[in-house]
Amino acid sequence: MRRTTLHAVVLTLTFLLASVTAGAQDTDIDAERMRDLEKELRCLVCQNQSLADSAAPLAQDLRSELKRLLREGKSDDEIRAWMVERYGDFVLYRPPFKPMTWALWLGPFVLLGIGAGVIVHLTRRRGDTTAPAATVDPKRLQDALRQTEKT
Amino acid sequence: MKRFLLTLPLLVILMLTLVLGKGLVLDPRKVDSPLVGKPSPAFTGPRLDTGDPTSRDDLLGEVTLLNVWASWCVACRQEHPLLNQLARSGEVRVVGLNYKDEQRDGLRWLQQFGDPYVWSVADRDGRIGIDYGVYGVPETFVLDAAGVIRAKHIGPITPDYLRDELLPLVRALKQESRG
Repeated sequence: MRRTTLHAVVLTLTFLLASVTAGAQDTDIDAERMRDLEKELRCLVCQNQSLADSAAPLAQDLRSELKRLLREGKSDDEIRAWMVERYGDFVLYRPPFKPMTWALWLGPFVLLGIGAGVIVHLTRRRGDTTAPAATVDPKRLQDALRQTEKT
Repeated sequence: MKRFLLTLPLLVILMLTLVLGKGLVLDPRKVDSPLVGKPSPAFTGPRLDTGDPTSRDDLLGEVTLLNVWASWCVACRQEHPLLNQLARSGEVRVVGLNYKDEQRDGLRWLQQFGDPYVWSVADRDGRIGIDYGVYGVPETFVLDAAGVIRAKHIGPITPDYLRDELLPLVRALKQESRG
């Protein structure tokens, strides 16, 4: 009985130690930056997953490359450039703003503008049909109201 | 004006159909490589068969196909007869990049299906592959005599691609390096 307890304690300590040392290796890189980068980079194999989500072997390799680059003290922009150099803008979930992607970035605003234009146009015209009500002479209206009050 | 407004939704739908229809035809796996037009990335690695060191310098001097293959890659078997045929024709030198493979498996695979490569570099951990932007084996790079990547094909080479694009390009590049 005592022996099993001892075993259990030793085993627990071993695991604890293992996890601590395993963690220690990664303390020199910024885990948060790593996560952010992983999330905005696309896995080329399973294309609708980010590197963070993908279990594909290539994604694992690229994650370890990311770690290496972070450890080397590369900035986020440098790391993104490193990826684009190899796989093109396609790896970025946030594509850069350049002539090729103008429609992509500005399109929604253009559509919003067109929609707003159409709505303004339609409501203006509807306003026209109710226009006669606005031509009531306020003075005559006042008079009429006074009349009714008197009676 | 009113008539225009009435046809507007129809126009919008037509435009959307065109844009989205185009999307259906495009192959999302075909990502334009940013490496085309750039010098092939430097590498060093052992030859798959002898273990002798190889490097990017060994690719220079003549028009070369760099074919990324692996014994675990099923689609590689599909294109392999074409590569064998191409190597036999002597039209162009074919160099292999054995991607994330075991030496034993790679060599056995070549024995079984034929070896079109003048040599293959073993890229066991896939680091060379990453520098070449490899993500879907097989891939084939066309390098000119100066080592510049002139084309990249992702997926197995088809007879159509070989006849209509690869061979004409290889011939043009050979002409270029001669002239």
